[in-house]
Amino acid sequence: MIPASFEYVRALSVEEAVTALSAAGEDAKVLAGGQSLMPLLRLRLAYPDPLVDVGRIEELREIRDTGDALVIGALATHHQVLRDPLVRAHAPLIAQATATVADPAVRHRGTFGGSLAHADPAGDLPAVAVALDAVFLLRSVRGEREIPAADFFVDWMTSALEPDELLTGIRVPKLGPGWGVHYEKFHRTAQAWAIVGVACAVRRERGAIEDARVALTNMGPTPVRAHAVERFIEGRSVSGDAFRAASEHAAEGTSPPADLHGSSEYRAHLARVLTARALTAAAAV
Amino acid sequence: MSEIAPEALAEKAAEDAPVSSPDPAREIGAPRRRSEDARLITGRTRWTDNLQPPGTLHVAFLRSPHAHARIVSVDVEQARARPGVVAVFSGADLAEEQGGLPCAWTVTEDMKTPLHPPMAVDEVRHVGEPVACVVARDRYAAVDALEEIDIDYEPLPAVVDMEQAVRDGTPLVHADLGTNESYRWVFENGDVDAALRDAPVVLERRYVQQRLIPTAMEPRAVLCEPDGEDFTLTSATQIPHILRLMLATVTQIPEHRIRVVAPDVGGGFGSKLQVYGEEVLCLLLARRLGRPVKWTESRSEGNQATHHGRDQIQRLTLAADRDGRIRGLKVDLLADMGAYLMLVTPGVPLLGAFMFNGIYKMDAYSFTCTGVFTTKTPTDAYRGAGRPEATFGIERLMDELAAELDLDPIEVRRRNWIRHEEFPYDTIAGLTYDSGNYEAATDRALALFEYDKLRAEQADRRERRDGVQLGIGVSTFTEMCGLAPSRVLGSLSYGAGGWEHASVRVLPSGKVEVVTGSSAHGQGHETAWAQIAADRLGVPFEDVKVLHGDTAVSPKGMDTYGSRSLAVGGIALYGACDKVVDKARKVAAHLLEAAEDDLEFDAGRFSVRGVREAGATLQEVALAAFAAHDLPDGVEPSLDSDATYDPDNFSFPHGTHLCAAEVDTETGMVKLRSYVAVDDVGSVVNPLIVEGQVHGGLAQGIAQALYEEAVYDAEGNLTTTTMADYLVPSAADLPEFVTDRTETPATSNPLGVKGVGEAGTIASTPAVVNAIVDALRHLGVDDVPMPCTPERVWRALREAFDENPEPSTGTAPGAGGGLGSAGGAQ
Repeated sequence: MIPASFEYVRALSVEEAVTALSAAGEDAKVLAGGQSLMPLLRLRLAYPDPLVDVGRIEELREIRDTGDALVIGALATHHQVLRDPLVRAHAPLIAQATATVADPAVRHRGTFGGSLAHADPAGDLPAVAVALDAVFLLRSVRGEREIPAADFFVDWMTSALEPDELLTGIRVPKLGPGWGVHYEKFHRTAQAWAIVGVACAVRRERGAIEDARVALTNMGPTPVRAHAVERFIEGRSVSGDAFRAASEHAAEGTSPPADLHGSSEYRAHLARVLTARALTAAAAV
Repeated sequence: MSEIAPEALAEKAAEDAPVSSPDPAREIGAPRRRSEDARLITGRTRWTDNLQPPGTLHVAFLRSPHAHARIVSVDVEQARARPGVVAVFSGADLAEEQGGLPCAWTVTEDMKTPLHPPMAVDEVRHVGEPVACVVARDRYAAVDALEEIDIDYEPLPAVVDMEQAVRDGTPLVHADLGTNESYRWVFENGDVDAALRDAPVVLERRYVQQRLIPTAMEPRAVLCEPDGEDFTLTSATQIPHILRLMLATVTQIPEHRIRVVAPDVGGGFGSKLQVYGEEVLCLLLARRLGRPVKWTESRSEGNQATHHGRDQIQRLTLAADRDGRIRGLKVDLLADMGAYLMLVTPGVPLLGAFMFNGIYKMDAYSFTCTGVFTTKTPTDAYRGAGRPEATFGIERLMDELAAELDLDPIEVRRRNWIRHEEFPYDTIAGLTYDSGNYEAATDRALALFEYDKLRAEQADRRERRDGVQLGIGVSTFTEMCGLAPSRVLGSLSYGAGGWEHASVRVLPSGKVEVVTGSSAHGQGHETAWAQIAADRLGVPFEDVKVLHGDTAVSPKGMDTYGSRSLAVGGIALYGACDKVVDKARKVAAHLLEAAEDDLEFDAGRFSVRGVREAGATLQEVALAAFAAHDLPDGVEPSLDSDATYDPDNFSFPHGTHLCAAEVDTETGMVKLRSYVAVDDVGSVVNPLIVEGQVHGGLAQGIAQALYEEAVYDAEGNLTTTTMADYLVPSAADLPEFVTDRTETPATSNPLGVKGVGEAGTIASTPAVVNAIVDALRHLGVDDVPMPCTPERVWRALREAFDENPEPSTGTAPGAGGGLGSAGGAQ
């Protein structure tokens, strides 16, 4: 398909980008790697005005170590993220989940920040960000703002970003020793979206789970933190039975969608099965 | 981990080594890499959409958002006023000149054929049907202007479900026809009712062949260039010759004023075996506007408007003795035509009439097919066309029979198949299978698959109540291809013949041009045809150029479909080469001052028998013929030759495919662990191309089993308009294929070849579904509807568990999370 005509602004710095967004109205859209937005334009499901292209702002590609956290620039590509030694060392869950995103061609163009700002609950990275208690760094001409992942995802493809704000980076707390992670993705073909995904990080100490963070992909209009699972498993000894019992709570409080790839009921079932598997894999550090 | 025998891997590695045959006499059989591939895969070629003559105008079509509606009014004024817009037309504007699209296959005398205008005039009958078009200076302007066209529709009831459609009182797709049944076609041989009544074992099954979207890599594209009274229409089509004739028939533009070019075409799978409204309209628009006119479909447009494939409901009854011998088979089909009959729509399911018996002997057989109109995209040929549907039916039934009798599925087949010494064999469906060796192909497949070892593992997993169960699926298929003997097509009331044409031109320099009427859209003809010509004429492969796909260059042909190119077109080429050699022999005899009978022709050189030194190469003879200074009386100064070949019979490739599937009983996910395909496609011109065809065919057949389905909602909206919803697998989703061949030459043609283009697709779908059912049968599952999505597998398991929580054989899977939690789900 052919997109409708639109105004286009290329920003070469963060300043230029936020200035352009500030001057624009509610219909402005930020273009990064274009892997989600361009299909929407081509299908005429989105009519941005203007399109602010931030793809050449080099400073937003950087992945930095800030001591107890990493800051991943919003424009770091998936390919860059999954090969980055800092990410692999301190946020391996991100590397693992990123490796399952689409295919190599998409991963070379698509960006970490872009897929988070897109706020698609079927995307893999939003649930990972929620599980890791990441913090979203926003900029506008009005200043800077930080939003925890739990508050960033507001509704289906809707984030807390104001129309004049740009996502510049994501701060991810480092996981220390004792943590194990796993992203369990369930999809029909390699390039398909997750029907359900489970992002999981657990900290083991003396044979028990001391800390657990579990978030679900595509189990509602936003990524969902499976708090009931976390509460159940924390403090219990590591065992298959405990994980299975905990996973029985995985679908609690969710409102999974129904579509061609799965009914709500099936998704709820998958959430339970996959959560048990994710916990098992994560705990086997 | 795939279980591939090490010998198979070694053989495969050896096969993979590049080969460039230095000996022209041995070209047939050489695994040459395809000479056309470099330009095709880099895109540096003439795809239709790459062509942009000066002054080209671009067309965009507005399509119906309704499954069924009356068009009350169309207002195009706003669209006309848009910048860059040259013209806007509604269906009514072109009603007089656009006529109706052709159906070339009137399968019964009383078949109902509705008028099918290229653009709807009064009523739309499927989502995606064109209702208006914009012609503009660029594609953007054309698509933008579509949004300014205002159409007032009065919705009419959608007709989505075939079984509902044939009931009395159901809304009609075509009110003037008075029924949703296009035709009923019957074939009977033997007393099938008696067989069903008397047999000790009778199985009844209902299988659904879901609707598929062909999804060629290159979308459809059309460019029409006017030149005075003449028109050159370039189209991404499989059928330039048929298209030319049909365009002339529909538009009344004389046939000799139309040239059709099929340049490089990026796949078709039957979807480009069609005369499309967009092709007719581009021709009419070019005539009206006097300028080149171009249209290229988008993927989502194509999903709605390019014809679909399959879509049958099969009611099958198989009667057998206790020892597994088949007595009779009764087939009752509902076949979804969609909203209109396109080029060969009604005939596609009837090709299955000859194939439901498969490779088996039986006493009685009956086949009934009812063609049903629905408010959906028309169906038509899709890779295999009628034969995959039939093969699925019989191969699923054979596994069901084996289960019913507690026999090994291979053993049940052995007890019924035609033994190799019984060929030629007249089948219950009225065909004569010329050759085959099912025993040899099956033995080879069993060995490569390590059948016994996998059966042992299967038993072990059942015993252990493993959460992942293993199943083995069998498909011992045959198919009829090489379409087709003209007299057979005539007896089936098809509108044309099934011959093919070839020309060979020997240039003065000794280089050779081969012209074929069967143009490739990905199959590798340029390589294979050059190999045949090089082999038969004894010239270097590099000296042969293959020309095709342009009615001005290749004026005669019946085009490419039904695995016919080699088995029909290749034989025409073979005949033309022989004629060249015969002509050259006369000239050579004169040059060598010898009698024709004393000459032998070997490796491109004529020599006097017993006197090797005295000789003349074909190139020398060609030059002498060109100069024409010294030719014998009555011999024309040319070696060029034509041949038109009409086959006596179909070709019947066959094979044994074995699939091992791992089924996760907790999630329903199916993973193919190994796949062995042993095909017998007769003699082979290029084994590398054959293997490529098998690989692609397997992917497409597996895709039907596991992934693909065109889904309509209750209102008749297609919900799978993008590739996010219509899942086409990639290499990442498929197992390593182990392929091998047995070679039983066809006796119906001098090369001994059979078709291979559809074999993999036909064979693989039942192999996969049989494997899934085999993995779960001990848990009470005896079918999973296609595509076997994880949820459908999970539901099948859950229903079986609900019916019988403790099956006597086997066990409920995954005590912790599987059915236990499934049964307890909300």
